Amino acid sequence: MGFFRNIFGGSSEATSVAGESAPRIPRRSTGFHQFTRTILRPDGQKILDLGFTSSSNITFITGLGHRAYNEDVLAEANSSRLVIPGAEAGSTIVDVERFLAEDMQYEPEWFDAVLMWDVCDYLPEALVKPVVERIYSITKPGGALLAFFHTRDAGAEAPYYRYHIKTEDTLELQLGPHFQLQRVFQNRHVENLFHDYSSIKFFLGKENIREVLLVR
Amino acid sequence: MDTYRADVAHIGKSVIIKGELSGSEDLYLDGEVEGNIDLRNHNLVVGPNGRVRANVHAKDVVIHGKVNGNVTGVDKVELKKSAVLNGDINTQRIVIEDGAFFKGAIDIRKAEPKAEAARPAMQAAAVSATHSAPVSTPVVSSAPPAEKK
Repeated sequence: MGFFRNIFGGSSEATSVAGESAPRIPRRSTGFHQFTRTILRPDGQKILDLGFTSSSNITFITGLGHRAYNEDVLAEANSSRLVIPGAEAGSTIVDVERFLAEDMQYEPEWFDAVLMWDVCDYLPEALVKPVVERIYSITKPGGALLAFFHTRDAGAEAPYYRYHIKTEDTLELQLGPHFQLQRVFQNRHVENLFHDYSSIKFFLGKENIREVLLVR
Repeated sequence: MDTYRADVAHIGKSVIIKGELSGSEDLYLDGEVEGNIDLRNHNLVVGPNGRVRANVHAKDVVIHGKVNGNVTGVDKVELKKSAVLNGDINTQRIVIEDGAFFKGAIDIRKAEPKAEAARPAMQAAAVSATHSAPVSTPVVSSAPPAEKK
């Protein structure tokens, strides 16, 4: 977790600066640059952002002449409405059926491209596969998906960051609400998870993040 | 339009309206509305206690509370940091404060040139080649002002 700790001095301090006033840390992103190149033309594409609501991202997407869609999947996935009793006494589980019935409800092959950011790493386990399958079904053939994954070096306490688009090749990271990192995917796991996609490209990030550009 | 003014119609937080809500004056809505809201050339503010389950059409729309429905702001839509909007936005300009929750689609409409301004421009275009400037579709990031200690 070197990069994040170096900037914020560890997770406890990072938590204290979380929220709207948290500073934004610029970071060049090869994956996002490649993603942007796929959506430059034509105008009028439908782009889905699955991260925290960001006016920067909406500015960027609509500035390209596209229609911006926003759905904060992590906020929805961690909503109390989805918590139901589990099989064991006192345990709880996520209501996957309800999530799929109420969230990410779009026509099949609706989107030209999807920004998933690092949502997969923070999703409850039960939702990972259903969400990936839903994204596949609502993306047009040939559509792009950008996803980020932490490496093992990020550490179990890697804080959740919001991603703001600054330019076509630069993102800004801002400490977001507290979500627990649920897992670290190996490259092979990522390939298995997205095995339906026609192509997958990995880009090594500098800050314990792998960027993955997929084409449906 | 954020604060209550005497020339703005006011619906208090204890008021519940079901049905069509239309008017020809600005409206501050802090109660509940279920149905449709149509103010056309006037402004709407949904206050922090406002709960709207309706499609909204107004000139400028400012949201502090919760809205479930599609929002059309002819000129501008503004989501304050406490806003929760589930629905699509159609407008020329949008302002979203950090902290606002939005789930839906955004269509930015290009401003229609006014007739008076368009006519000379068309004449100019007829006599010479033009250098066209891109039409801006501003989306303003608005951080809330820092609180005074």
